[in-house]
Amino acid sequence: MDANRIKKDFQVYEDKTLCYLDSAASSLKPNRVVDVLNDYHKKYGVNVHRGVYNLSYIATEKYEASRQTLADFINAEFAEVIFTRGASNALNMVALSYGMNHVHEGDEIIVSELEHHSQLLPWQQVAKAKKAKLVYIPLNKEGRITTENFKKVLTDKTKVVAINHTSNVMGYITPLEEIIPLAHEVGAIVSVDAAQSVPHQKVDVKALDADFLAFSGHKMLGPTGIGVLYGKKKLLKEMAPIEFGGDMIDSVEKFDSVAKDAPYKFETGTPPIGEAIALGEAVRYIEELGFEAIKEHEQALRKYTIEEMRKIDGVTIYNPTVETGIISFNIDGVHPHDAVTYFDGDNICMRAGHHCAQLVTKWLNVVATLRISYYVYNSFEDADQFLASLKGAVAFFKSVGF
Amino acid sequence: MNNMENLYRQVIMDHYKNPRNKGLVQDEHYHTSHIKNPTCGDDITIQSKIEDGIVKDIRHEGTGCSICCSSASVMSEVLIGKTVEEATAILETYLNMLTNKEFDEEVELEDAIAYSGVRKFPARIKCASIAWKAFEDTLKESE
Repeated sequence: MDANRIKKDFQVYEDKTLCYLDSAASSLKPNRVVDVLNDYHKKYGVNVHRGVYNLSYIATEKYEASRQTLADFINAEFAEVIFTRGASNALNMVALSYGMNHVHEGDEIIVSELEHHSQLLPWQQVAKAKKAKLVYIPLNKEGRITTENFKKVLTDKTKVVAINHTSNVMGYITPLEEIIPLAHEVGAIVSVDAAQSVPHQKVDVKALDADFLAFSGHKMLGPTGIGVLYGKKKLLKEMAPIEFGGDMIDSVEKFDSVAKDAPYKFETGTPPIGEAIALGEAVRYIEELGFEAIKEHEQALRKYTIEEMRKIDGVTIYNPTVETGIISFNIDGVHPHDAVTYFDGDNICMRAGHHCAQLVTKWLNVVATLRISYYVYNSFEDADQFLASLKGAVAFFKSVGF
Repeated sequence: MNNMENLYRQVIMDHYKNPRNKGLVQDEHYHTSHIKNPTCGDDITIQSKIEDGIVKDIRHEGTGCSICCSSASVMSEVLIGKTVEEATAILETYLNMLTNKEFDEEVELEDAIAYSGVRKFPARIKCASIAWKAFEDTLKESE
């Protein structure tokens, strides 16, 4: 993969000194995705599913074609793809619609300390409201979810397993292909936060047999404000809408109304139309690059970076065995917010903080961490720029007395 | 090129390593304010004792980056012994300086002037102001 050629597809790289290492928070957006978004607003920026005029027909066709693109992308059926505002919104929908109606007193919901707040907090609410029990998979020494440890918490009372596919802090891939069948054996459903996996690896919802799976557009070269909730058709069918209003309804009487079928019953109001269409373009861009090449590229960058980081004294890496392009670390004795300012001075963008996953930071027993994350446009020059800055940062903070 | 030296002045590092007036007290004469910045995990509690219009004492406790923690310590040294009017003037001047607004150069900021470099690091203004804002809260409470 030629990252320097890929960089040409992103206008933000007109700044040649930019070193963007925060794709796990939000990826950059290629020009052709932005063009598709702009085209909608400039050329046919009207509503979907409503107008009987030609322009609305065009918008509707493109919006629904994008749904099909997304469905094919994850091997789902058309009606199983719900457009949402993002992964957080999607995961909340699962908890509020499925969770609030299917979880009862004494039931158990399995989560982990690796979860992003958007996966954890909705189920915390369900557990409180329904007097259900939130159960945590014990993480292994590396901080991973293992099948062995999952089995320890799986019981006949387990109703829901709500876990990540790839951790946004540790970058570990959860062994879902083993965990999901085990969960199904006890009759539990599995809701997967795939925000960090879908941009980086082929995700096949049928092969995984996931019941729900959520991801965000802006982490996969698409616009903000758009994401996807996948749900199995038979589950979506019995689920109640959470929001009511225009477009989601079939017939309305004075005292009752009948909702449309999925996915429309979950898409009330005017959706982010241009964003949904542009997300389809992002999918095409990713597919042209190919997941094999993407994976190989990110792994090579991560391997090189970790090897070089290990040669620098005074740096602690929290996930040295990681298999994806996410590296969490700290400069010893330096608060991540002090450190990140140094990197910012070298025009290197990275995350510092608890990454919306406070339980992982607590598990690591640190106040916060630094995180770099690689994606398709990152080159070995980026890695070298980061490594040089890291060396400079270690020396600088030592020199001023940290 | 990195211009980090503008930020990490000696005074700042000194107060970061050897904080003054650190540790909270159990005393009803003190007013307490707790401010958290959930994005970065800064978490600061400030206590102040105001008597006869004078800032008699300031205590602080918390976790955060060097800019955040040191600024609580520097603030306590600068403001203890000042009248409420003087303290308020310094507070206003300091916050205006950080946010690049016009400020009264006649007001003596003492060691707090070390934070003038923060202006060039907009992402860190919050770090340098959180302790002062907490103190401002305790002042309002004491009125």
